Amino acid sequence: MKKRILLGGLLGIVLIGGIVYAADHIDAPAVTGGTTVSLGNDITDIYAFQSPTDNTKMVFVMNTQGLLSPGSSGTTASASFPSNVMYEFNIDNTGDNVEDLVIQCLIQNGKMRVYGPVAPGTTGLTSTVKTSGPMTEVAVTSYSAASPVSATNTNGIRIFAGPRDDPFFFDLVRFKEILAGTAGGFHAGTVGDPATDSFKGTNVMSIVVEVPKTLLGSGASINVWGETKSK
Amino acid sequence: MIRINKISAVFVVLLAIGVVSCDKKDNMTDSFDTSGTYTQNDQMARPAVNTVFNSSADKNSFNTTIPSAMNAAFQAKFQARLLALYPGYTTNALTQTAAQLTTLLATDVLNVKLNGTTTFYDGVPANTLSGRALADDVIDVELLLIFGGPTGTSNAALTSDHVGANDKAFPGTFPFLAAPF
Repeated sequence: MKKRILLGGLLGIVLIGGIVYAADHIDAPAVTGGTTVSLGNDITDIYAFQSPTDNTKMVFVMNTQGLLSPGSSGTTASASFPSNVMYEFNIDNTGDNVEDLVIQCLIQNGKMRVYGPVAPGTTGLTSTVKTSGPMTEVAVTSYSAASPVSATNTNGIRIFAGPRDDPFFFDLVRFKEILAGTAGGFHAGTVGDPATDSFKGTNVMSIVVEVPKTLLGSGASINVWGETKSK
Repeated sequence: MIRINKISAVFVVLLAIGVVSCDKKDNMTDSFDTSGTYTQNDQMARPAVNTVFNSSADKNSFNTTIPSAMNAAFQAKFQARLLALYPGYTTNALTQTAAQLTTLLATDVLNVKLNGTTTFYDGVPANTLSGRALADDVIDVELLLIFGGPTGTSNAALTSDHVGANDKAFPGTFPFLAAPF
């Protein structure tokens, strides 16, 4: 009963605030705040692509805390990375969907440290920080910063942490109307029937790590996923 | 040896008092706390999978199931969900049966090529699911694979949301994401 009331309350907030969820934004009750797990754990999207500026490197992006509102009184201005959370990229380079390498990102006192890529101590649902591999450190870029702050270590690993525009786009409001049976299809995206990006004008807390491919494995492909873990 | 001990003692006193000046901090080998065991809360690879395919009851457990165990735990449920979303599903534009598509999606990892183009889908079959780039219209790809039928032409009202790009252009330089609003 209590749960139902809580869920109802959440739904109310969602509707009133015009807040929506999608790619993985607010995907599960345990990571939507209000419990022992802070909203800082909620991953919105994971990206993995060859660096547009250096084809010998891969770029990994983990976005968290979706739907942050802009402006000095918005939620972006007050958002931060919790210091008890590990943002961990997991990389399988043997095709068994078990991580062979991890990239562990920690944020404390306005700085992010990125450990790895390095073999994990143990695979699975718990992690300890592996300090034996490469370490890269950067100041977290503030919301008011004129330009993003990045740092590169001697291994060629380049990192960034801070608020960014949410790169995800989707007319999620219409999709939910379709699922609810109140609409038969998407908007046509024409002047007379415009489609709307439900994530337009919202921000996320973003971590970007660019890594030389030689540090990721010798095969033709890898499997990648992102995790948030807390202590 | 004595000197080292003295320095250690000063260090301990400083830490104990909780006073660490900037200069001292720079000289310390490591003021970052890397202790403890971290326990998993959220997990994600492909977009919208948890949101679309899992029931409310499974959303939390999906986030704390290791990828190598996901297929056994979730594939059958994903297949039921797919057929509930589109009872007429036969195959999709990748010639996947309902079982094949949901077997792919249930193990939530991004397959990423280490040589050449990396994209969720760019129209070139050989590049399909070779990564996820910022500008990829991943929702249209997923809608097409779910609702588009064998030729991708079925259910035209459901195979694109007609939002084809982000609200800000992506800078071509690191960190590649656009500045916040």
